[in-house]
Amino acid sequence: MIIKQISVFVENRSGRLAEITSIIAEAGCSIRALSIADTTNFGILRLIVDDSKKAEDALRTNGLAVSITNVINVRIEDKPGGLSKVLKMMSEQGIAVEYMYAFISKCENEAQVVMRIEDLNRADELLTKAGY
Amino acid sequence: MANMYNPEIETASREKLRELQYVALMKTLKRVYENVPLYRKRFDEWGIKLEDINSVDDLSKLPFTYKQDLRDCYPYGLFAAPMEEVVRIHASSGTTGKQTVVGYTKNDLNMWSSCVARALAAAGCTKKDFVHISYGYGLFTGGLGLHDGAQLLGATTIPVSSGNTDRQLQIFQDFGSSILCCTPSYALFLSDAIAEKKIPHENLKLKAGIFGAEPWTENMRKEIEARLGIKAYDIYGLSEIAGPGVSYDCEYQCGMHINEDNFIPEIIDPDTGKVLPYGVQGELVFTCITKEALPLIRYRTRDITRLLVDKCNCGRTFVRMEKPCGRSDDMLIIRGVNVFPSQIESVLLTIKEVLPHYILVVDRINNLDTLEVKVEISDEIMSSTDSVRHIEEIAKKIKHKIDSTLGIAAKITLVEPNTIPRSQGKAQRVIDNRKYN
Repeated sequence: MIIKQISVFVENRSGRLAEITSIIAEAGCSIRALSIADTTNFGILRLIVDDSKKAEDALRTNGLAVSITNVINVRIEDKPGGLSKVLKMMSEQGIAVEYMYAFISKCENEAQVVMRIEDLNRADELLTKAGY
Repeated sequence: MANMYNPEIETASREKLRELQYVALMKTLKRVYENVPLYRKRFDEWGIKLEDINSVDDLSKLPFTYKQDLRDCYPYGLFAAPMEEVVRIHASSGTTGKQTVVGYTKNDLNMWSSCVARALAAAGCTKKDFVHISYGYGLFTGGLGLHDGAQLLGATTIPVSSGNTDRQLQIFQDFGSSILCCTPSYALFLSDAIAEKKIPHENLKLKAGIFGAEPWTENMRKEIEARLGIKAYDIYGLSEIAGPGVSYDCEYQCGMHINEDNFIPEIIDPDTGKVLPYGVQGELVFTCITKEALPLIRYRTRDITRLLVDKCNCGRTFVRMEKPCGRSDDMLIIRGVNVFPSQIESVLLTIKEVLPHYILVVDRINNLDTLEVKVEISDEIMSSTDSVRHIEEIAKKIKHKIDSTLGIAAKITLVEPNTIPRSQGKAQRVIDNRKYN
């Protein structure tokens, strides 16, 4: 399934993440998943929230540099080999993953993976066909 | 008259000095009026007749010369001597596009060398000394300026130039360097290297150092003196006026004596241009009265200082200037290189991914100046990518352009949008954490 991800540019200074997450909290949005890519002097906070439009507006209103990216959300089996099966299938079709992060789902025996992929629609089609 | 290269002139009475200055000034004014179109035009526009200049004090009737004039007349437009008499060119460090070009005739080089020789002698340098010059050689006036002065004095001159620390330390030990000439921050850097290599003190013959080309503090002086076991002397100069040696410390280190037989100093209010009395702080202005190639009249140095005229214990009668405590423009001197914030701005304007909102943070870490440029990331960048690699590439591009424009390496830090205060009147573009005075 294609979903919206919010990416936020974050300066490397203490307390900044707390400030940004509280902006999201005050907007009444709930964070479903997140990951941080960091360098020595800045980071990119990537978020999946329940209401991405509301969260995006709140972040922009607070002056943050934000981007919205389409990513793929895949539900996989929460058991050994669950992730590698999906990745192998994609790799065989020549679909490369730019970055990804995973989290445990609320549903039992299920995990979820968020993947940033260049050829998004083809990947989505492939995964849907394969029953994901 | 120990420690003096030209004792007669260095201790001349103030009256005698003023007489000399007046004669030299009139000769120079005639020279620039006849040979430099800009001065002829300005003097005419101001209705200045040379016969109205009846004393050195009448200098205040003359218009100022600005750095911009040198740029406008680039490269040789302000020269007052024919090019066949010009034997040397130097240029200012680090500025973009048009550098400030200066020229010297043979007589100019002799005058300049004698100014430097006075500075060296005041630091206790004699013919028996080994003068180790770690200023850069080239268009920058530091290296060749000290070089010519040391040779004129008759000292054994070692033209090491800057860089290659190991070689510097080797030469200290093998060649018996006794006087070190470099920037004060490089002196501290070398002292660290000496400590790191555990070079025994008895291997070093250093007794004094002459340090200049960048602002430094009394605390740095004490630190250099303690660490290197030498006496540290300040030397002041700017290429537009001559180069190092415009003024120099004597053994009492209570302000630098200005070579007043060659340069007339004034202190002015930088806003009104009005001349201020001795002892009052203001902008330092120089008039070159013995130069042939580039005798600038009332040149605005932009350095803020005071002139001290009370008698110095060394016996010299030349007025003294305090270490400049700031600038009346926004120029920074970083590792001896002149940096204007506007240069950074013009670089940022060429990079479409960022906005020209920036702050420069200058610091001194391990005795070397550092420059950090904080730049705001634009919404456009983030809207187009969320790839860390892409954003880092933009930072690299900025760094590359700034480094090549300034001639020194800067650290680029991307910051969030709207975090750099917008200008309300005069923008605060610089945070200088180096401590002076």
